[in-house]
This record gives sequence, structure tokens and C-alpha cells, in this order.
Amino acid sequence: MTLLVVENLNKNFGGVVAARNVSFSLAAGEILAMIGPNGAGKSTSFNMVGGQLRPDSGRVLLAGQDITGLPPRAVCRLGVGRSFQVAQTFLSMSVQENLQMALIAHAGRTRDMLARSSALYRDEALALLDQVGMAKVADRPMGALAYGDVKRVELAIALSGAPRLLLMDEPTAGMAPAERAALMRLVAGIARRSAIGVLFTEHDMDAVFAHADRILVLVRGEIIAAGTPEDVRANPEVQRVYLGTSGLRAALRARAAAHG
Amino acid sequence: MSVEFSFLLVQALSGLASASSLFIIASGLTLVFGVTRIVNFAHGSFYMLGAYVAVTIVPWLLQIERSPTLFFAGVLISACVVGVLGVLMEILLLRRIYKVPELFQLLATFGVVLMVQDAVLKIWGPLDIPGPRAPGLRHGVMILDQRFPAYELFLIAAGPVVLGLLWLLMHKTRFGILLRAATRDRDMVGALGVNQALLFTGTLFLGAFLAGLGGALQIPRVSASAQMDLSIITEAFVVTVIGGMGSIGGAFLAALLIGQLQAFGVLIFPKITLVLVFLLMALVLVVKPWGLLGRPESAAGHTALPEGIMQPRGFAVAEKLLLLLAVLAAASVPIFGDTYTIKVATEVLIFALAAFSLNFLVGNGGIVSFGHAAYFGLGAYASGLLVTKLGMPMEPALIAAPLAGGFFAALFGFFIVRLQGIYLAMLTLAFAQIAYAVCFQWVEVTGGDNGIVGVWPSAWAASRSAYHYIVLVAAMAGILALRHVIYAPFGASLRAARDSAQRAEAIGIDVRTHRWLGFTIAGAAAGLAGGLYAFSKGSIDPTLLGIPLSVDFLAMILLGGMQTVMGPVLGAAAFHSIKDVFMPLTDHWRFLLGASIIALVLIFPRGLGGAYAALRARFSGGAP
Repeated sequence: MTLLVVENLNKNFGGVVAARNVSFSLAAGEILAMIGPNGAGKSTSFNMVGGQLRPDSGRVLLAGQDITGLPPRAVCRLGVGRSFQVAQTFLSMSVQENLQMALIAHAGRTRDMLARSSALYRDEALALLDQVGMAKVADRPMGALAYGDVKRVELAIALSGAPRLLLMDEPTAGMAPAERAALMRLVAGIARRSAIGVLFTEHDMDAVFAHADRILVLVRGEIIAAGTPEDVRANPEVQRVYLGTSGLRAALRARAAAHG
Repeated sequence: MSVEFSFLLVQALSGLASASSLFIIASGLTLVFGVTRIVNFAHGSFYMLGAYVAVTIVPWLLQIERSPTLFFAGVLISACVVGVLGVLMEILLLRRIYKVPELFQLLATFGVVLMVQDAVLKIWGPLDIPGPRAPGLRHGVMILDQRFPAYELFLIAAGPVVLGLLWLLMHKTRFGILLRAATRDRDMVGALGVNQALLFTGTLFLGAFLAGLGGALQIPRVSASAQMDLSIITEAFVVTVIGGMGSIGGAFLAALLIGQLQAFGVLIFPKITLVLVFLLMALVLVVKPWGLLGRPESAAGHTALPEGIMQPRGFAVAEKLLLLLAVLAAASVPIFGDTYTIKVATEVLIFALAAFSLNFLVGNGGIVSFGHAAYFGLGAYASGLLVTKLGMPMEPALIAAPLAGGFFAALFGFFIVRLQGIYLAMLTLAFAQIAYAVCFQWVEVTGGDNGIVGVWPSAWAASRSAYHYIVLVAAMAGILALRHVIYAPFGASLRAARDSAQRAEAIGIDVRTHRWLGFTIAGAAAGLAGGLYAFSKGSIDPTLLGIPLSVDFLAMILLGGMQTVMGPVLGAAAFHSIKDVFMPLTDHWRFLLGASIIALVLIFPRGLGGAYAALRARFSGGAP
């Protein structure tokens, strides 16, 4: 079944075309990468799906429902979890409280003025942390974690609402190479097991070619190529404007390493 | 027809004249903000000092010769003197607080306001000092059939001239280009090896010079008085906020708008021109949250720890005992204390509730309100008016207080929570000034400046002791209820939205609505405190809504430690007792208060509660 359908999205910023007729679709359990040079309109397209930006024209359909222009919180409630380029977490809270907060929000209890928030959803929070391998630091303050761990906790937060679709804006930005591969393996594993659709943007070609089922290549706001990693890699236009030959070799190595 | 036209023309011209004056002052404020990111409350003090220095220097110069040259030389000298004072302020104070949270910066510059007020009274005395009129510009000019003062015409020209000179400075000199660069990205300017200290000092000279110039140019129109600072600073804030903070062109546009609004507004609503101005500001900010020509502040994802309540813990056993002792002490005051002590203790409890409700916003929600006294005062007025005008007894009037505070907090908060950071703080200030202006000017109902006396409790609660117990119960109930909410999911959601609004939205929290609700709750609690205060004092007056009381509340939470839950209670007790002991001892309490606020920001930024938390961490051996 088609989980996400994006039709002819357009966005201009004062004359600069950030997205032109961007269309693609994503099935449940599928991992779709969006790549392209800086300023290609990746984040713009991404934020139009997540509700952070309203498109000038075009439609976004989630499981057949039109979600174009809905605010992020409404998009979230329809089953979309997301992570940000610079990880966004609640720094004043402990790791576990971050997850408890997310679970409180998904349960629609944020206006509750009677319960004690620290006592709510403790076990569920731990279970989510366990899923990303962070249960051991549950009691640490969020501000004391290394950035790679913060990213993992953010992933757990994004998963807390049992989403159908996961949006990840440069999930591995700012992480060490070893951590990157581990995080992407984790995401891919969870997505396939729970049939979650994943849309992610990424500059790290290793991550893209190792895990994406399909790849979209954006240049100056337009999709210039789309298809399986093999198709995209073989596309001469993509090689010319984006990958280059060294990028190509790296991609081949990554694919080989991930798939034995 | 022609009479009407000439009248309207003259009205428009006088609007242009006040716009010019306003622009000259506001341009300095917006310039300083653009470069240093500090909203300088003391800018109004510089304006006042400009006027005072000018009424001292200019007459002395005019004794030598009554020439326009010497008049304007005197005006420029005054502006330079004030510019040098700005340099002093930068070197002695601002340089040390560029990195602290904006609330602390605002408070520190307000400390300077208080100190300057007392210094001015000491040097120039309490009486207003009229200035000389400008030689050569004393006559009137006939415009159609109306007389228009020549000096006003001169002022109309002065604004655009200053704008032009500033443009030249900003575009044709190295200093100006650096100024513009620093307004855009001050870290980058620093990284390029520019001497930032010199740049900032120069900016403060220019900013204070412009404020002083604005003040000195006013002396033929208004007498120098000790109230000039706060009245001009709110207007200047409004101009810079409407124009977009840091934008000189925006300030010019906004000053023109406000000048005309005041000139014609006074014809239609003579009493509420101030309200019109603030309404314009609210309207502009709802449509353009960064002002007409302002730029969004670069919100490069929060990676710094928020300043405020972190993980609230429950009370430890020792703390429960401490709390019990405090309640017992408060309860036993009527038994052991004299009437005066009871009065002070009652007030401490009331202020504790007000300060706690403010920290519910600031510390827990990250919503820096600079006008919290408005809801306190509106609660007091609601109670006071019901009792004196409608003859209601105390009990229902006290219930009306939190309702009034909550209602107005909901009304104002609807606009306020749409904004962020310094714009939000400025709008809270603006709404508080609207409320103040209405209470001040609506004499028939509110008694104006004098307020209303005869707000007494019911017979059974009339004794100081009985009323003390009422306050004890009500304030404790209010504080404990708010404290409970801080620990509840709602309180946690406010902290979540403060930490990262983006993340909060992405997990489905409606940030704006939650902040609005939080603002309303805090306003209701402050309203209750205000109602309690009205009956304890037996009267109400506009100072209950004024900026100084808002600042007192902020000083209380700063003193108590805004990152602690119970700190504000401690802060209110300490602040009010200290003020009560020292105020009668000295004529210069404002000077002392200002100096203390500055000292607090500089050496003790975590407050008493913070010091306690540090001690606790040391003795429990846990991680800090």
C-alpha cells in the first residue's frame, strides 16, 4: 500500500525556486533517501511533508488523507515521527523523562494538571529506550549525553508515537563514522520489522547506498533522477552533477559492506 | 472647509515633529540592541540626563550671547556628555553581561535606571526645570490660517537629517560598516579579528549620544523632570519593536506612524492615545512578529541548557521539616509580633504568591514577562472597585480578583504567546502599560493617580491577625496548587516547549495553546495576590500595575533563584524584608535597590535557591 504520496510540490522563497514539481511516493516499510548538493531543496521538500513549511502548490497525502499545510503537531498525530538536522530534545529533562514527555503527548494528556508526570509511562519509556540501546543511560540528564547518543534518544522519541512514517533530516549529521553506520542499521532494522516508511535526507553516501530501497536526487529544487540505488548510481546525469567518480566508488564499497 | 484642512495640516505637522523626536531617541536604542543584543532600559535615563544637562549648560551659554549657534552648541555638548556616560556604562556594566540571559540584562539596565533616578534627584532636586527657548526659533509661522511654532518645524527637519547622517555613517565609514556587520552577525565580526570591545564601546557612545540629543532638543518644549525616563522608554521600546529591533529605517517608519496616530488619535480618543499606540504595536506584531523591517533572530537550534527550572525534585524530609517550620513561623507571627510585623509578614506572603506565579511563567515556561504586575494590579482593582463602587463584601470580591487577573492574562496573553524572546518581553511590558494607563487616566472610575481608599475586609476579617490567617491560607493554597501543576504533565509540557518548541510540536504538543493556558493561570494567581494586597492595604492605586512593581517581582525570583521551584518564596521574603528595613533608613533606597539588582546579576546570578542547591549537591555528594 502506498503510505505517502507527494504530488507536484512547489515552493519559492522570494524568487528563489526551492522546490519545483516535486513528486514521489513511499510504501509502508520502504526506505527512501533524498540526496542532492547543498541548497538543492532537500530540507524544503522535507519540511513541506512534515508540516514545518506550507507549499505554494501541490499536495501531500498520508495513507490517502490530504495533510497539505497541516501544522507539525497535527501531522504528528496522524502517525508521523521525525528527527531534526540538529537533534531536538528536552535538555532540562532526563533521558527517560524525554520519552515520558513524548508518551504523555501522544496520549493527549499534556493538559493534565493533577497527575505527577514523573510517574507516568515509565516502563513504556524504558522499553523504547531499550529499542535504541539507551536504556542504560535512562536516568542521565539529557544535556550530559554525547551527541551520538542524543541522536539515538531522538530516534526513540520519534518512534514513541508508533508512527507509520518516519522523517529523518540528516540522521547521521555530526556523528562519528562508526556511530553513523550503527544508527542507520538500527533505523533500517526497526523500519523493516515494524513496516514503518522512512524518508530521509543525507549527505553521507555510505548511509544512503547501504540502506535506501530507492533514492531521489534533487538539484536546484527539481528531482533529476529517482530509482533503486543501482539505477541512480548508473545515471550519468547524477554522476556528473552530484556523485562524481570518487563518490561512486565509495557508494559501491558501502553497498558491498552492508550486504556482505 | 479650508479651516478644517489647515487644522488637519497643523495636526499632521505636530505629529511629524513628535515623530522626529521619537525617532532620534529610538534610533539610538535600536542601534545598541542591534549590535549588543541588549535591550537597554537605561536609554530613557540617557534621554532624561540629556535634558537635565542641557537645561544646565544651555542657559549658561546663552548668558554669553543669545545666539542660535550657542544654543545648538549647548545641545550638542549635552549629547556628548551623555555619550560619555554611555561609554562608562558599557565599560563598567554591559561588558560583563553580554553573555548572560536577556532577562538578567534587562534587570541590570533597569538597576541603572533606578540609580540614575536617585542621582538626578540628588543633583537637580525634585522640581521640574524649564529650559530656555531657542533663539531665532521662538516665533510662530503662519501655515494657511494657523500659527505653528518655528521650533516644531525645525524638529520636523531634525529627524530626517539624523536619519541621513546615520545612513552616511553606516555606509561610508569603517565604523558604520562594522556596526552593520555586527548587527547581522556579531560572532562573525569577532572571528574576523575586529576589536569588539572598541566597537561595542563606540556603539554605546553613539546610542547614548542620540538619546541625549533627543533629550536636549526637548528643552524648549518640556521641562526637565525626574519622570521623563520611564515615559519615554516605553514609547521608544514601542517604536523599536514596531520597526523591528535593530532596524534604523524601521524605527523611522514606526516613529512616523506613531506620531500621526498620536496627533490624530488625540482628536478622537483624547484620553487613550497611549492605548492606541500599544494596540498598533500588538496588531503589527501579530501580523509581522519581527516588526515592520526586522529580521527573525537566528534560531540556530537550541543546544544550550535553558535558564530556568530543570528537573524539579520532590521535597526531601529535611525540606518538608523546613517548610513546616516556615508555615509555623508565618502562622505564629500574629501571636508574637506587633502590628507592624504582622503587616510585613502578610505582605511577604502576598508577594510570595505573586513571585511564585511569575516564576511559573519565567522559570518553568521560559516566558519572560516584564509586566506581571499588571495582573496583580488588575486583581487588586477588581476587588477594590467591587467593594467600594458596588458595595460588595470582601468574600466575593476576593473571588473576583483571580478571575479578573486570569481574564486579562488570557486577553493579553492571546497576543503575547505568539511571540518569542525579547519581542515577547516587550509586548508584556506594552500591555502592562496599557492597563496602567487606563487605571491612571480613567479618573471617574479608578480615581486616577490617587486611586481609591476604603477597600476594607469584612468585619470578621478586619483585625490584622485575622486577615493574616486568610492571606496565609490563600497564598499557601495558591503556591501549592501552582507547584503541583509544575510537577504535573501540564507543567512538564511547558518546560518541554521552553526547551525546544520544535520538538514539542513534533510530538504533538500545541505549544501556543499551552503557553496561553500557562499565561492565564499565572495571571489568575497574580490576580489573587493583588486582591489580597488591596484588602491588606485598604486602598488601590496605579503603582500596583507599574513597571517598578513588575521589576520588584523579577528581582524576587532572581534573588530566590529562578531555576528552583520554591526559590521565589524565599526571594520574596528576603526582598520584601530587606526593602522594608532599609527603605525608611535612607533617602536613596532606589539607588541602593538598583545597585543591589546589578550586584545580584553580576555576582550571584543563581540566587539564594541556587546557592542552596549547590550546598545540597555538595553535602549529598551527588552529581551537581
